[in-house]
Amino acid sequence: MRGRRIDVASLLLRTAMLLAVVITFAGLLFLVAHIMSHGLRYLKPGLFNWTYDSDNLSMMPAIINTLEMVVLSLLLAGPVGVGAAVYLNEYAKPGNRLVPIVRLTAETLSGIPSIVYGLFGALFFVKGLGWRLSMASGVGTLAIMILPLIMRTTEEALKSVPDDYRQGSYGLGAGKLRTVFSIVLPAAMPGVMAGIILAIGRIVGESAALIFTAGTVAQAGAGLGSPARTLAVHLYVLSNEGLHINETYATAVVLLIVVLLINALSDAIGRMLMRRSSHG
Amino acid sequence: MQIVFAATACVSIAAIAVICVFLLANGLPAIREIGLSNLLTGTVWKPLSGIYGLLPMIVGSLYVTAGALVVGVPLGILTAVYLARFCPARLYAVLKPGVDLMAGIPSVIYGFFGLVVIVPWVRTNLGGQGFGVLTASLLLGMMILPSIIDVSESALRAVPDRYFEGSLALGATKERSAFSVVLPAARSGILAGVVLGIGRAIGETMAVIMVAGNQPVIPADILSGVRTLTANIALEIGYATDLHRGALIATAVVLFVFGLLVDLAVAGLKRRMPS
Repeated sequence: MRGRRIDVASLLLRTAMLLAVVITFAGLLFLVAHIMSHGLRYLKPGLFNWTYDSDNLSMMPAIINTLEMVVLSLLLAGPVGVGAAVYLNEYAKPGNRLVPIVRLTAETLSGIPSIVYGLFGALFFVKGLGWRLSMASGVGTLAIMILPLIMRTTEEALKSVPDDYRQGSYGLGAGKLRTVFSIVLPAAMPGVMAGIILAIGRIVGESAALIFTAGTVAQAGAGLGSPARTLAVHLYVLSNEGLHINETYATAVVLLIVVLLINALSDAIGRMLMRRSSHG
Repeated sequence: MQIVFAATACVSIAAIAVICVFLLANGLPAIREIGLSNLLTGTVWKPLSGIYGLLPMIVGSLYVTAGALVVGVPLGILTAVYLARFCPARLYAVLKPGVDLMAGIPSVIYGFFGLVVIVPWVRTNLGGQGFGVLTASLLLGMMILPSIIDVSESALRAVPDRYFEGSLALGATKERSAFSVVLPAARSGILAGVVLGIGRAIGETMAVIMVAGNQPVIPADILSGVRTLTANIALEIGYATDLHRGALIATAVVLFVFGLLVDLAVAGLKRRMPS
């Protein structure tokens, strides 16, 4: 007979592997399909009313709050995170003693569970600074949470910019600062964007860190000093009340679609980066 | 300008310092008043009677984390091996974004899914209330999959092709080569993925609250309700005052220490990975 004998161990390994793949992705598919099939038909116009009341259960205020929090947190953490990454990758010289400390603290920050951020925010922003349960407290907490993420992704993006770019810029007489802003950062932009999109995903999905800092009030547009719940917190509150299961499913559908869009965007940017690195 | 960039780099140092100071300044007095050993080994949590024993929650966190690993580690590693060595390119283009999506789905959605699907399933098929260690473990197992798959896959891909090819040349099958040559070579990276999963499971809050039952007692069996450290904080911080508040902050200090250990382990393991 031609070929190998059938190896039982290999057959078992292959079966186990295929089984694991099927279970893993069937779980994901089932989750998405379950929520979509139970929620899509309850997506009624009332759920998108500009104001929330206990009859319409509108998620519009929560969506607006989420957008505001995303923008404000990024405005705080974006420049700081990018600046820190520029320092680590462009300015710090080898042997700089600040660098390992910054890296260690950023690593530590990214390992802190979100409920601990929530508790910290409640102690620091809500009570310590007297900002009370408010959008401002929520934004402050979120900004610290996403800072290490932006730092890390930006640093990786900066590292992938070839040194020739910098040398070329210096050779043409540009200074350090001009090189960073006109050459290195634009070249690293897709990577920076990928990090920002990851951060947006983290903010949109966050709940534990927000309930005790930004509160669970369902209205929007009351400003930085008022409590405001995001879409994820809104879903948690609805689900916790357990009174309006159909509307809860519908809210979950919207949140899931937002996450799908964010993922598709980050995927597209990832592919763009891949294409570029294979060309250059 | 360098000074401005240096200042932004120092923000993360300041943040961690403020977080530590606030947690310790608010937690240490409570720890001193309750007594560290009472806090860590006390089996009764009755804030209204002034009894603060965290052991049920520590055990609870360990149980659900262990349960999540039992579910997530075999599935995750087997899937990672498939993705790294066996998956056809076309299928990979579908499955890889699927893993990213798993990582991106918010915990409240996982929690809601657990509440409307896993809880009733456990209740009808296995008995009990449906809220408990098993349900939380199944849900967390699902939630840590993307961390394990992602990090393990990168670790497996970082193993030089010649290992795999050498093994094939010696007459081993593809499966045997992948599992007995490539997998051991990637072990520190895979372990980093598992530790990252542990961190995610211990730190998860809202999803666990929604399906675990949250009774502050050491669970009798896998169908009994359980409360984790994270749930303990989230359930009570809204109304806690004085020593009760301090005890919850002490809970966060315990969690913070867990998180720190996980982080150091991941960093250590990643440094041992071939890059």
